[in-house]
Amino acid sequence: MSRANLALLVLIISIATLPLFGGPYALRLGTIACMYAILALSWNVVGGFAGYPSFATAAFFGLGAYIGGVLLARGAPLTIAVPAAGAGSFLVAALLGAALLRLRGHYFAIASLSLIEVFRELINNATDLTGGGMGLNIPLSASAGILADAMFFFYMMWGLLLATAVMVIVVSLSKLGFGLSCIRQNETAANMVGLNTTLYKSIAFGLSACFVGAAGAVYAGWVHYIDPSDVFDILYSVKPIVMALIGGLGSPLGVTIGAFVYLGLEEVVWRNYIQIHSGVLGVLIVLLLLFLPHGLMSLRGRKLFWRVKNV
Amino acid sequence: MSEILRLQSVSRRFGGLQALRDVSLAVNKGEVIGLIGPNGAGKTTLVNVVTGVTPATSGAVMFDGREITRVKTYQSARLGLSRTFQIVQPFAEFSALDNVAAAALFSRPGEGLQAAREEARRHLVFVGLEAQSGQQAATLTLAMRKRLELAKALAMRPKLLFLDEVNAGLNSAEVERATKLIHQLAADGITIVMIEHLMKVVLNVCSRIVVLHNGRLIADGQPRDVMADPAVVEAYLGQQYAQRVRAHG
Repeated sequence: MSRANLALLVLIISIATLPLFGGPYALRLGTIACMYAILALSWNVVGGFAGYPSFATAAFFGLGAYIGGVLLARGAPLTIAVPAAGAGSFLVAALLGAALLRLRGHYFAIASLSLIEVFRELINNATDLTGGGMGLNIPLSASAGILADAMFFFYMMWGLLLATAVMVIVVSLSKLGFGLSCIRQNETAANMVGLNTTLYKSIAFGLSACFVGAAGAVYAGWVHYIDPSDVFDILYSVKPIVMALIGGLGSPLGVTIGAFVYLGLEEVVWRNYIQIHSGVLGVLIVLLLLFLPHGLMSLRGRKLFWRVKNV
Repeated sequence: MSEILRLQSVSRRFGGLQALRDVSLAVNKGEVIGLIGPNGAGKTTLVNVVTGVTPATSGAVMFDGREITRVKTYQSARLGLSRTFQIVQPFAEFSALDNVAAAALFSRPGEGLQAAREEARRHLVFVGLEAQSGQQAATLTLAMRKRLELAKALAMRPKLLFLDEVNAGLNSAEVERATKLIHQLAADGITIVMIEHLMKVVLNVCSRIVVLHNGRLIADGQPRDVMADPAVVEAYLGQQYAQRVRAHG
């Protein structure tokens, strides 16, 4: 295993110690951090490895949240709701991927974006099942209290992040990852050497939706109430891309660090510029991308090494 | 000689453009065929039709005893049809080795990456790129990238190999080197169909020549007979060249 992948696992495992240092607020932030990292790492499979700029993350986050939410509301335990959301998202994404991934570049981006609207409308109109625009209440689990609840969902999200990271590392080292890299570099040539590009892209799209859907289900259980405009928020599609760009496209470690850095920025900016926080955040992102177009991972080879040599 | 490829009245239309009209052609095992014709004659379209990139609008393509008219590109690759591209198509970020390994890996189900890399090394040696095996494909010279295309095609262990202008843009020393490689492949028994504009190479390597003009097959036969065919001379070679060939006997 490469050093970057090892570093990624060490980073994720070290996050598990968070409850030792903080109260409910830290746990809340930690849960969101894990969730962001899941979204970013998942996006990296289709966006980073295969080179297809997907805006469908929010669609599968919402789909998973509703699969999980509906099951939870009907009394199913999380141990069933979360895997069901993951499996459902995988299947739907893989099937849709076979059709959508025939489009390339901007066309694919727009088509994937439209998935969010399609799913939102479907959920909105299936009022009997989902509560439609009224939202869906998910009963509180009979747990010991606020802190225990926060702790439980933190570890749930963390476990999912660990699983996502392992999936991404396994993919990057496998024939699938090699094939996705071929597709990103030259799809015509990939077809011509006997690579079933449709199948590979569908699997990649499915994998990139699977853990996002599962995270949606955990989110639904965590916040106890979801409605379509919350879980199908387009920001869930945009943020993972920004995180991946901040961290370094294609690198799982970079993307994860990008997610944490993004959350840090978001939180700090929100606290200090309550009136104009999204504006300030936007400017910061633009500056980061302007001066670090290849993300934080490009620092590793360049400046840090340079500094060590010149000390 | 047994037949490996047969095109039966193949046509291909792109909107209002009839790129191939009613082309029938049979290729026997072990042949080296030169496919020539002016620009826009439909030579590359013919290769694209056979390899499933742009399937025929009518007619049938048979390969090695089965119909492949509607077969997808990756499937035809796995059946033993491989090609090089006129405009080279490397995996730009991969090393030369991984480019060839990809071809070995995906053309055969069940092949592992390690075994594919070992096989790739052999093909790089064959085309004379062993010194560049670790080099990124994007940084290779054009001549090297053309040879890389060839190594990729060979790693797929083809039964039939299409060479689409492997010599275009090369200098004469490089052409000579590429020609030698083609001779070697033919000696190994690989059936080759080559699109080529350099008549010197065609006459040197090919045992049979097929001429396309405006999507129609206008001549098919021994090089000498085809060169003398008035229709071919008119369409492609020009009067002067035909006279020179005749004069030199």
